[in-house]
Formats: sequence, structure tokens, C-alpha cells
Amino acid sequence: MENPDPPSMKEELLSLHIRLLAPFTGSSKSSSPDPITEGFEGGDFEDLAIFGMDKVTRLASEKGVVLFSKSSCCMCYAVKILFQELGVTPTVHEIDQDPEGWEMEKALMRLGCNGPVPAIFIGGKLVGSTNEVMSLHLSGGLMPMLKPYQTLC
Amino acid sequence: MDFPSTQFVSSQTMATYEPIHQIGMWGENFKSISNPNISASVIVDVVNKLENESETTSHEMLASSSKHDQEASKPFDKIQRRLAQNREAARKSRLRKKAYVQQLENSRLKLIQLEQELERSRQQQGLYVGGGLDTGHLGISGAVNSGIAAFELGYERWMEERNKQICELRSALNAQISDIELRILVESGMSHYFELFRMKSSVAKADVFYVMSGKWKTSAERFFSWIGGFRPSELLKVLVPQIDPLTDQQILDVCNLKQSCQQAEDALSQGMEKLRETVSATLASDQMGQGIYVPQVAMAMEKLEALVRFVNQADHLRQQTLQQMSYILTTRQAARGLLALGEYIQRLQALSTLWANHPRKPA
Repeated sequence: MENPDPPSMKEELLSLHIRLLAPFTGSSKSSSPDPITEGFEGGDFEDLAIFGMDKVTRLASEKGVVLFSKSSCCMCYAVKILFQELGVTPTVHEIDQDPEGWEMEKALMRLGCNGPVPAIFIGGKLVGSTNEVMSLHLSGGLMPMLKPYQTLC
Repeated sequence: MDFPSTQFVSSQTMATYEPIHQIGMWGENFKSISNPNISASVIVDVVNKLENESETTSHEMLASSSKHDQEASKPFDKIQRRLAQNREAARKSRLRKKAYVQQLENSRLKLIQLEQELERSRQQQGLYVGGGLDTGHLGISGAVNSGIAAFELGYERWMEERNKQICELRSALNAQISDIELRILVESGMSHYFELFRMKSSVAKADVFYVMSGKWKTSAERFFSWIGGFRPSELLKVLVPQIDPLTDQQILDVCNLKQSCQQAEDALSQGMEKLRETVSATLASDQMGQGIYVPQVAMAMEKLEALVRFVNQADHLRQQTLQQMSYILTTRQAARGLLALGEYIQRLQALSTLWANHPRKPA
């Protein structure tokens, strides 16, 4: 095979490719060790996940519309705008400003929220993320759920 | 307790990044610090002493509290302490990870520039190796290009199929075929659109800006573009007059659907605006005059990842709009709607061609 480049430079370029691309390919999520959870055995992690889940379920069961968000997340901002337009003021928990934010994030992911934010609960029940809220709204199912919590202004 | 983190952040060779083993129990940290002046036995002694201390405190609590409390507090304390330690370790780890990723991103920018220079000089010297689809040789930009090439090929076929379906719908509606047969045509028309959304989602992962630009579409279609495609509420405005007459219930349902679409579109549009503000602010967050390959660019890239989410969400909105319309309308109405939509886009395409060819007054 013809190889016009000096082998060393090409090898360096290729190895740099692999190193740089790995975090951006979907597979790396499962194969590379997460520096945050590495060093923990299964039992330890379970304790922490339980604390996160406790906090999330406690906050989620508050009356009305509960939104788990991150202050830096623009999709969360879009969902906040939507609720505003619908005359609802959700209780917003910015998990990136919460000391137990990481535990809450893991808990939300375990509940099936891939984002993991935005995650919306209405009347204590998990509605889902942006997809579910949009689908529900277009099918006409969101307004009846929000009716008891609308603030008349 | 100092992790040897400062070493790898400033290291010149990327090859020396090692997974952080030191996160976790602080006892293990003492064991892994390589200080030749502290012998292994001393380290083990210190660890044992501290572990004994924690046991003695819990023994004291044993003496003063009831049996029930003692069972509950010992593991609880341990968990609380581990939580606090982990939080600290996680925080440090996140900072390290962030610094590393920023450095990686900077290198990535430099690498892309180097690659382009290399490609240019190779072509100049006539040493062009490999075909367009050999992504291994072309690297990152090659992978993106092949994703786009695949999409454009797929879109060509998709358009051919769609034009065929429009002809079938037209003749079916004129020929007064049965509702059942019409239903089949409607279903295949709907799933054809869903297929396009799948293709777009795939290419958005490779190059979201390509999807945002709408390059595969004609100029008049692009004029009406909203986050990489048609605006659902506009679609409804175009279609509804074509599928008269509607029952009162249908009119109400369509009205509600239009309003929901508009509200969802508003929310997404404002989210997009926020994204632009965020990227812009990040890019300009330091004092200018420091050059181009600064961390701000890498940080802005992180923020820009959200654009893929918005494009996917907009397509999801389009899909849901089509879906809801198919529930509200009868089969015949849905067929007329699909035909109207297809013809409308064909007219937009004709407009683009006409515009491109019409004689203009010289400047």
C-alpha cells in the first residue's frame, strides 16, 4: 500500500484522531470509565443513588407542576417559556445549582429522562421530557392536566 | 491531599492521560501516593489509626444511645461521610475533566486546520490517496462529508418517491377508489414523511449546520424554513382551506391544534434565541486580543451541542402535527391534504427554478 507520509506523522495523526473522536462517538459512554463514579463498588453507588432518588421523588411530589432544569440548558428555557404561555408557573429546581445535583441527575436518568433535563412532573406524576410535553400538548392532553394549576392573571 | 493532577493538565503529550484511580476511599489515596520518603508500613499505620478512630467514635455512641439508634446511626454516619468525600472528589474530578476536555477541543481545532493544510499540499503534489468514502484517511471532515453525501443521495430518492405518490394520490382521488385503498395511500404518504425525519436526525448528528442551512432544498423552500424545515402552523394554514368542508368538531380540533403548534413553536424559537445569546456570550467572554485558539472557542462548542436537540425537537413537532391531522381528518380529507402539501412544495420548487432563470435587469 502506497504511503506517501512519513509513518511517524501519520501514526500520530491517527492516534490523535482516535483519542479525540472517542468522547464524541456514542460508544464511549459505556466503555470509558466515568471519572466521577470510578472507584466505587456497586454497593456504594446504590447508597448515593437512593439519596438522589429520595430527593427527586420528594420534590416531584410537591403540588402542581414541577420542572427539573439546569440554568445553562436552553431546551429547559424553552419549556419554561411554554408553561408561561399556558398560564402556569412551575416550581423549577435547577439541579446544576443544587449541592446534590449530581445524585439528582443520576436519579432522573434512572427514571428514564434521557436529557436528563428538562424533566416535568405534574401532580406528582412523571410526564417526561420535551418530547412528551410537546406530544401531549398537540394532542390536547396537556391543558386539562394543567387546568388546576393555572394562575389567573 | 494533593492529586498529581497538575502534571497531566500541563503535559505536552496527550498520550499520558490515565483514568483517575484515586477517586473514592481516601484510605486508598494514601496508599497510592508515591512518596519515597514515606514507607509503606507508615502509610498502613496511618490508615489503620484513622479507621480505628472512626470505630471508637461509634463505640462511644453505642454506650450513650439505645440499641435501635446505634444500629441506625453507624451506617448513616458512614454514608454521610462518604457522600461528603465523594462530593469533594467528584467536584475536583469534574474540574479536571473540564480542563482536559477544553485542551482536547483546542487540539481538535488545530488538528482540523493541520489536516486541511495537509490535504491542500497533497493535492498540489498530486499525491491524493484514497476515495471520497474512505473516512479513515479523511478523518473527521471525511466522516461528515460521507454522512451528507449519503443524505443527499437518499433525499433524491425520497423526492422521486414522493412525486410518484403525489401522482398516485391525484389519480386515486379522481378515480373515486374505495376508502380502504385510499387509507393505504395515506399511510404510506405519512410514513414517507416520517422516513425523511429519520434521515434528517441521522445527518444532524454528523453536521447540524447542514440541516439548519437546508442546503438540500430549493431556494424558495429555504425562504420559509424554520429550524431546518417547514413551520407546522404554516403547514396547517396552507392545508386547511384545501380540505374543506370540515365538520364543526373538526374545525374546533384544527383550531386547537394550530394554537398548540404556535405555542410550541414560540417556545422553541425563544429557546433558539437563548442558545444564540449563550454561544455568543461564551465566545466573547474573555478579553479579545488573545488569538483564535482560546478555551472560549472550545467552551462555545459545548454549548452549541444543544442545537442538535432543537433540530430534533422541531422535526418531532412536525411529525406530531402530521400525526394529529391524520387523527382529526377522514381518510379522504387526509388524502386531499397530503396531495395539497405535495403540490404546494412542488410549486415552491417551480418558483425557485423560475426565479433562478428569469432575466434580471443589469445592475
